[in-house]
Amino acid sequence: MDMPVPNPDVLSRKAQIVARLRQVLPTEAVIDDPVETRAYECDALTAYRCPPLAVVLPSSTAEVAAVLKLCLAEGVPVVPRGAGTSLAGGAMPTEDSVILGVARMGEVLEVDYENRFIRVQTGRTNLSVSGAVEERDFFYAPDPSSQLACAIAGNIAMNSGGAHCLKYGVTTNNLLGVTLVTMEGEIVEIGGAHLDAGGLDILGLICGSEGQLGVVTEATLRILRKPEGARPVLVGFDSNEVAGQCVSDIIKAGILPVAIEFMDRPCIRATEAFAGAGYPDCEALLIIEVEGSDEEIEAQLSRIIAIAKQHDPVELRESGSAEESARIWLGRKSAFGAMGQINDYMCLDGTIPVSQLPLVLRRIGEMSRDFGLDVGNVFHAGDGNMHPLILFDANKPGDLEKCEAFGAEILKLCVEVGGCLTGEHGVGIEKRDLMISQYTEQDLEIQMAVKDVFDPSWLLNPAKVFPLKASDARRAAAQ
Amino acid sequence: MMRPENEAALAELVAGAAVPLRVIGGGTRDIGVPVEGDPVRVDGLSGVSLYEPGALTLVAGAGTPVAEIDAVLAAEGQRLAFEPMDHRALLGTQGTPTIGGVVAANVSGPRRIQVGACRDSALGVRFVDGRGQVLKNGGRVMKNVTGYDLVKLMAGSWGTLGILSEVALKVQAIPETEATLVGRGLDARAGIAALSAALGSPFDISGAAWLSEGGEARLRIEGLADSVAYRLRRLGAEICAGWDIHEAAASAALWGELRDVVPLVETPGIVWRVSVKPSDAPVLLEALDGPVAVCDWGGGLIWLVMPEENDGGAVVVREQVARLGGHATLVRAPGALRRRVAVFQPEAPALAALSRGLRARFDPRGILNPGLMG
Repeated sequence: MDMPVPNPDVLSRKAQIVARLRQVLPTEAVIDDPVETRAYECDALTAYRCPPLAVVLPSSTAEVAAVLKLCLAEGVPVVPRGAGTSLAGGAMPTEDSVILGVARMGEVLEVDYENRFIRVQTGRTNLSVSGAVEERDFFYAPDPSSQLACAIAGNIAMNSGGAHCLKYGVTTNNLLGVTLVTMEGEIVEIGGAHLDAGGLDILGLICGSEGQLGVVTEATLRILRKPEGARPVLVGFDSNEVAGQCVSDIIKAGILPVAIEFMDRPCIRATEAFAGAGYPDCEALLIIEVEGSDEEIEAQLSRIIAIAKQHDPVELRESGSAEESARIWLGRKSAFGAMGQINDYMCLDGTIPVSQLPLVLRRIGEMSRDFGLDVGNVFHAGDGNMHPLILFDANKPGDLEKCEAFGAEILKLCVEVGGCLTGEHGVGIEKRDLMISQYTEQDLEIQMAVKDVFDPSWLLNPAKVFPLKASDARRAAAQ
Repeated sequence: MMRPENEAALAELVAGAAVPLRVIGGGTRDIGVPVEGDPVRVDGLSGVSLYEPGALTLVAGAGTPVAEIDAVLAAEGQRLAFEPMDHRALLGTQGTPTIGGVVAANVSGPRRIQVGACRDSALGVRFVDGRGQVLKNGGRVMKNVTGYDLVKLMAGSWGTLGILSEVALKVQAIPETEATLVGRGLDARAGIAALSAALGSPFDISGAAWLSEGGEARLRIEGLADSVAYRLRRLGAEICAGWDIHEAAASAALWGELRDVVPLVETPGIVWRVSVKPSDAPVLLEALDGPVAVCDWGGGLIWLVMPEENDGGAVVVREQVARLGGHATLVRAPGALRRRVAVFQPEAPALAALSRGLRARFDPRGILNPGLMG
């Protein structure tokens, strides 16, 4: 993975920069000890590491503004960091960068049940947002798999999704307002507790901009009342194609499950060996969950089962209790862990039109043989967001590179069939250089022009999202 | 009147334009500061190019009539989830609303509270920027975080950043049935409190409105027949005791009328569209001495009528909205008034600077609907 050459001028001024940071932040909020900064050398894309120049952990919006103003004056790149769970390298540092972590900003600022929103500092974890409104049976809908650890700041930066976004949408659909600090240290309030923008939808632009336009320190999030109940059904098929058709038929029938999850045989076998959830040994497996009162759940499940039966399932298991539901979800929830037991893996995130599912799965199978690397598929089938897990051995020379080449081929295939490179993880450094397969030079140019407006000096998370070659001139001009 | 027949012709036209352009879809949404410019009609870029009912996605030329899209979707038992308003009745305009106009204005109806706004259903756009370049963003899949989300930015930019040539939308299955609970004689506070209680219940409300006329509160539920019956029963017992029930077509008629703000059509005066948090709606209405109003989105969207004299209520409405937090748009007003007072909510200086910066990048010559948004 190519990263820009660190600015030697910045490296040489490290002591001075750290001293100035300590003038605007409490001493312990600035970390420059090489052993301690090592904890920030990577995010969840652990294949790439680089300790930063320093790490700052501000406690307020005002402190964030002071840091950014200072870094702009010193010409120091800033890499914003939530909880560091990005799978795309979104929080990966460069040697000349200051990591700006929001971990110390986790307060709930306001809860309003009548108007159904919560305002939080963005260092708060995703799950603890729901935790803050649980007493009144409310929840925050987007639920990325990392929700126990991941921060709202990162969710906003990457526009995170989750298993239940088929019904509730992703982060951008549940975000009402943000407090954004620009690289110039200007504090901008965008949106609020009301709906939609009065002018240009800058809130929609901020969400998913991967920390390149500003640092979001506070967020107003939509909260929802929990449904009365939820229950899954598990259906096994002897072909991916038939399972894909079943998904399509359920959607077409007008039933909106809250989740439709798909696992293929390699993934089923791995999770069975790991978690023993009692899954059938079949080609493809769907977990379909619906919500409502008992009667409503019954009504929806009976329709789903009727549709599934038209496709000759090899297994059909309806949950009758909370315990059975947990068992059905057990395998799915342990899928990543199970694959990790077998070997190192790389998790992809392309999205495809649901209709292309059988073709794409078949092609991935063929590529798997060509590359000589195993792959398991587990994904959100309702919205076509795939998560192929490619197994490789990090200790075997050349295996990572082979895995990355395989991954790139899969993502290009996703684009070719009408989909995209990333559905919920973000571009980061991981898919940066593949952007040209989805967008033309002009398409990328207008996006970079947007960054010019917010961060003319290209100091915020500069080496992400855009191919280095495309952003080269802009980054060089800033130095 | 220029009327390009395809995207390439539109791009050529913009690239060669020597004077400002006034972008027109179907010409039914005469909103914003009146634009001085050569009219360009985009209704030549018409037709559904892709529709996959099993994937809930549709792609169409920006000039495609909304009615055509509705018909194509209805044939498969589907619809646009966000229920876009038809502005013709309220504004007294003629013409055929187009899907590009809907997206350019981010037009969202009563179901916005449940399924999101037009911008939330917009999956991808193609557009021509102010230089005449054809650009795209997003795609046609439900989940896409590849690069910046310019789709949201284009939705609601009123043709000031680019001229839409194609839009990809997420669509929705039409539920088996619907029903509406109607309560009467409720003042704004009581009415909106009832809506809030229902929206905070697990009963999945898809419409929540209060009308000043008759103090009428409406709550809509949609879904499988058994489920609708169940939720009607629970809501009736817990929140809406004694409310009337309107089922199926009768329910749909109530919301069709509300979507298009028909109750205000005959009331003379200036019509404002205000977005605040729902509990602020009664506060705002009291501060304005109880104007004729329709509150949608559980109280969060207020359509209100102000006297036509002087500034059409601009100062007082904006003062209250600034105090409460939110935004107000002047929707129905003579052109002269729209030239005199800000039509869109004035932005705080830092935000206004960002908006200006974006406009300068997308349309460096300032030729696309210049000044429409102020």
